Amino acid sequence: MGLARAVAPDPGQTRHLPLDPARLAAEATEVRKRIITTIGQAGLGHVGGDLSVTDILVTLFFNVLKVDPADPLKADRDRFVLSKGHCAAALYTVLARRGFFPEAELDTFMKPMSRLNGHPNRRKVPGVEANTGPLGHGLPIALGAALGSAVSGQPFRAFCVTGDGELQEGSNWEAAMFAGHRRLSNLTLIVDRNGLQQGAKVADTNDLSPLGEKFAAFGWEVRDIDGHDHAALLDALSRPGDGKPVFVLARTVKGKGVSFMEHGVEWHHGVPTADQIEAALKELSA
Amino acid sequence: MSEKTVASGLFDCRKAFAETLVELAREDARIVAVVNDSVGSSNLKAFQKEFPDRLINVGIAEQNMVGVSAGLANAGLVPFVCCASPFLTGRAMEQVKVDAAYNGYHIVLCGMSPGMAYGELGPTHHSIEDLPWMRAIHDLTVLVPADPFQTREAVRWAARADGPVFMRVGRYAVPAVSDEAAGFAVGRADELHAGSDVTIVATGTLVSRAVEAAKALKADGIEARVLNVSSLSPIDADALIRAAKETRGIVTAEEGVPQGGLGGAVAEIVGQNHPVKLRILGVTSFAPTGDASFLLDHFGLNAAGIAAAARELAA
Repeated sequence: MGLARAVAPDPGQTRHLPLDPARLAAEATEVRKRIITTIGQAGLGHVGGDLSVTDILVTLFFNVLKVDPADPLKADRDRFVLSKGHCAAALYTVLARRGFFPEAELDTFMKPMSRLNGHPNRRKVPGVEANTGPLGHGLPIALGAALGSAVSGQPFRAFCVTGDGELQEGSNWEAAMFAGHRRLSNLTLIVDRNGLQQGAKVADTNDLSPLGEKFAAFGWEVRDIDGHDHAALLDALSRPGDGKPVFVLARTVKGKGVSFMEHGVEWHHGVPTADQIEAALKELSA
Repeated sequence: MSEKTVASGLFDCRKAFAETLVELAREDARIVAVVNDSVGSSNLKAFQKEFPDRLINVGIAEQNMVGVSAGLANAGLVPFVCCASPFLTGRAMEQVKVDAAYNGYHIVLCGMSPGMAYGELGPTHHSIEDLPWMRAIHDLTVLVPADPFQTREAVRWAARADGPVFMRVGRYAVPAVSDEAAGFAVGRADELHAGSDVTIVATGTLVSRAVEAAKALKADGIEARVLNVSSLSPIDADALIRAAKETRGIVTAEEGVPQGGLGGAVAEIVGQNHPVKLRILGVTSFAPTGDASFLLDHFGLNAAGIAAAARELAA
């Protein structure tokens, strides 16, 4: 296809974990480039949401989560569920660069018989905790894992990322109510608050505001941050809740990092042309 | 077992279910019960008393209930989700498909009070679609125990299964029909009455009625084979194909819609292997008001109805 290739990852990166904010930012840039090329090669994907969630995923996997790519099912690992499963390309890229599977495999994304489906599959891809895709499934699963920690006696934290439009699904509110009721301080929900859903602004479709206040009313500790600020993400994600589940309202930009994609609802599942890929990679490399 | 049920020869599957779950929970610390405000209706008070921290009541929220169970399974536990079958299978269908089955988690989904057990409460509370819905889902084992023995064995099997299981747990007392010496096996249909004129294939609460029908038919000189399909998925295709070859037709009987459940499964198998005449008996409309026994009679889901269909095929 004549596409520009992403810069090769630093082969030593996993030996230097956890990454500090500056290195998280550098890693996030590499992840964004790889997402662009991966989606370009596939001719399919959800690039806008991938780019908005990138900093959250990089901060989790390269600093916060206690996970081991060499032993991905270790009993006391932290659990991470990507509820917005359509942003699988971002998750796969982070998992590959973190060492869960070879980065070269990203070239097979959504190709016939690839294990890298358009939505993640835990039975095929190491590091994936739950098969997601239909929205509103991830939070109950992460909540169950957080509850299971106490019952099984394995201490770990459970994290979930949802989109913001996704919070229109009622199952999230069933879970939000129950997590608050059970005061699950080892559960953290991060909402990728980019303000756009598939076809329009969230605010114009079925407004969630005031989102932080709603979760606070449901018994959650709310941390309202810039979802692209790695220091703020680290601060919000590193600490469990004080007797409450944690709601990280991560304010993000759909298409973040590529100027012509930012805030553009058409990039929910738009696929960049070869010229656009070149321009995007150039901008990310600048 | 209460004196009343013993005296009547009827036995409570829910009691067998709950007692077995408590026994298993004593042996296996991974077992937890997950309910939607359904401790009483699932007969789990004894479980709750003995294992208060292992009974998770999510409140009236079935989607969350199944999702939470997937998370519990992810954490290494074995959740038994106990919920009235219409709400478990209807309200949480996508969670059953995705969170339990597609994920491949070891979750035991217990459809309590299935079929028309809730009688007078009406069609909102009748779970007559659960069998076709559940058997449409890949990787999900679907069990329909016919009596307390099968219920106990199904619970024991499910606790050790390596994947998701759905099982119906009947509400009202039923006769014992199983040959306990033959045990219980997933994927096997049990022949409860021998015959070579016609076959009656039944599941759950209809099994005892099928046996009764076979006895009535025998008095008329018709030898009816009765197969108890307590494992709907996987199903014993060999026994069904043999029945198609060795008898003149097959009557199926289930406490559910006649499309896509047991009758549908039998039609798929014999239609593709050895077509024979079929009569599929089931609940053919939203039910009128009445208790479960009345409703089964109303829809012809009794020995007389089954025998009448069998006579047509044997003729």
